[in-house]
Order: sequence, then C-alpha cells, then structure tokens
Amino acid sequence: MIEEIRALVEEKVLELDGVVGLRQTDLGVAPYLFQRGDDLSQLVLEPRYPMSQVASQLQKRFREANIGIVARGCDTRALFEMAKRFQINPEKLFILGVSCTADQAEICFCADPAPNTENWPRAEILGEPVPGAQPNPMVYEHENLSMEERWKFWQQQFSKCIKCYGCRDICPVCFCEACALEDPMWVEPGLLVPDFPTFHLIKAMHMTTRCIACRQCELACPADIPLTVLYDLIRKDVAELIGYVPGADLNSGPPLSLTLADAPMKSELV
Amino acid sequence: MMEYKNIQTICPFCGCGCGLNLEVVDGEVIGVLPANEHPVGQGSLCIKGWNAHSFIHHADRLDTPLIRKNGEFHKATWDEALSLTSEKLGTIKAEHGPDSIGILASAKCTNEENYLLQKFTRAVIGTNNIDHCARL
Repeated sequence: MIEEIRALVEEKVLELDGVVGLRQTDLGVAPYLFQRGDDLSQLVLEPRYPMSQVASQLQKRFREANIGIVARGCDTRALFEMAKRFQINPEKLFILGVSCTADQAEICFCADPAPNTENWPRAEILGEPVPGAQPNPMVYEHENLSMEERWKFWQQQFSKCIKCYGCRDICPVCFCEACALEDPMWVEPGLLVPDFPTFHLIKAMHMTTRCIACRQCELACPADIPLTVLYDLIRKDVAELIGYVPGADLNSGPPLSLTLADAPMKSELV
Repeated sequence: MMEYKNIQTICPFCGCGCGLNLEVVDGEVIGVLPANEHPVGQGSLCIKGWNAHSFIHHADRLDTPLIRKNGEFHKATWDEALSLTSEKLGTIKAEHGPDSIGILASAKCTNEENYLLQKFTRAVIGTNNIDHCARL
C-alpha cells in the first residue's frame, strides 16, 4: 500500500506545487513538503503529526500555491474543521486520503479511521477503510463515577500539569493568534500548577464542537494526563445535544460560530 | 520558492536533551514540533522546548559582540571581543591572582564545550572556580 501512495505522490508533485507528508530521514520522521525531484522512498505514514497545521501555515504564506496533503482519517477531520473556520482553503488543497489499518485504529481508539473527503473539491482515497475501533475504556469507567469522584479524579490529574501548552500547540484544530490560555485575565502568568479547574476547562470549552478525537494532545502531554477522556465525553454530549460531530460533514457549520436561528437546538432542550 | 522542512535537533535549554523539530519555511524557522520518536522526549516537550525557535529571528537577538566604550555599547567583531576579553582576563590574573576569576558554565553548552570550559578554567586561568549556571 505504501508503494501505491508513493507512486501517487510522485505523480502529484509534478502537477502540484508540493505535497505535505511525513519524511523519514536518518534522524527520524517529520512533516515535509515533497516537491519535484524529491526521494519519495522517504515518504512514510507514521508517527502522527498535526498535518492540518502544516498545510494551514503553508497556505497562509503561499496563498496561490496548489498543494496536496497525505491525510489519514483524523487528518481529514481536522482539515474539515479548519476549512470551516477559514484556516484551510479547500480549493487549493488536494487530499490524498490514506485508510488506516485496524491495528492503527485500535492504538488510537479511533471510532472513524476512514479518511473522509466528501464534498472536498479534489481528493483521492487509497486503501480499504476499516471499521472503527472500540473507544478508550476509561471513558465508560468515567461515566460511572459520581460527580465527586470525577472532581477528585481531574483534580489529581490536572495537578500534574506543567503548563507546557503542548496540548494546545500540537492540536491540529487550534489556531487562534490570541489564545485565552495566555490572557492574564483568565490565566495567571507564572502560576504553576495552573488553576484548577479554570485552565483546563477553558481549554476543554474551546475544544467543544472542534475536537476531532485524534488524541495527539494526550500523546504530547509530558504528564500523561488523559485529556481525551474529557474531550470524548464532551464530543458525546455535543453529538447528543446538538447533533454535531466535528470533522464528519464539510458543509455543516461549526455550531458555536452560528446563531441559534442557523442551528436550532433540539426542542426538548430549549 | 516554497520550501517546508523540519530539522531535527536537540532542545538548547536544560540538560535533559529532548529531541525537537525546527519547522523551516524558506530558510525561516517558524515553529517547533516535538520529535515523536526521540528516546528522551518521546514526543513531549516543556514550554521552553515548544518555544525554542522564538529567539532565532528575534529583533532583540545580538548578532555581533558588543564592547562598552564610555558607557555605551558598540558593535565589534569576534576578534576584537575575544582579544579584549583575553587581555582583561590576563590583566586581572596578573594583578589579583587566578582565584580572582570565576567561570560559570551552562546547560545550553554541549558536554564537550563544558569540558573545554573547565579545562580552560583550571589549566589556562589556573583556578578551581568553575561552576554551573543551574547552581546560581
């Protein structure tokens, strides 16, 4: 399958200005813009990086460039959410969707490992999509805890935070130039451990209707805080309450950016 | 021209030595990504690592040595700066003895640079006054 992907990228670098993918060198794997003449045998699919951020940064600098991106399921979801918030221009981005394997889906507890390019102007998908994996068992366990137990759990988890901002920096759908987490009105500069629960709940609130469940925040956390347990529960609430699944549909606008007239809540909640 | 690549390097701050990637667009360092497979950081960084790129193109960064003359800093070449430093260190050593000089090493240096610095302190200056900035 990797040979097929490399062949397609080799073809695409001739017609596009470049293709964002992961490059393996002697030192390791990192995102790279493959261009004409590059050694495509260096193209790999793991480990994951916030590829939507790379594409967004390139598009902002080179507005006229036609680029491509090698994207797994989580990457396509991130591209959808970034496009809805005008951080990605779909007209100038070709998506080369790559289906994850069942093993990859399982490692990520990924409910939706198939790349989704529906309604995207130009895209191609390689590989056979696999069904979603079981969610993180911690999410079920958490749902059975009382409010008091949850409070204690998160108090203990967030007491480990070293305020590196890694969860924000690695996030493939975080982009605000002025971040609430750096605003002294909300977060006291120099205070370690950051305020519980303010700091993390501001982050969680900003991930609401945005988190595409890629789990990169959790992997980047030096304190091993199970952030996505919290975000998964929020995703579940958002799906149940307002019927919105981040990354699922390119044409449904982000609910928190719309008025209630555009996206009415379900009647039983009004 | 449009070039995007990552240069894997080691965080310049503490002695842990986490691996990080410097994101480079057309020769300009625009950001940091953790090096996911690096054995030290294992894909995590602290706030210093995440911002390790921020001084590279910073307007306040010195790009030449400065020498103070009559209370004001003037740009100088490395030769001028190093000549002045060695001359002054020589004068201080001759007038007040080697123990009047102390050297502070840094976690931002490599092991080899720190080894050289202690060698310089002991063998060239002639004092045991060598310490590390982490104990300041």
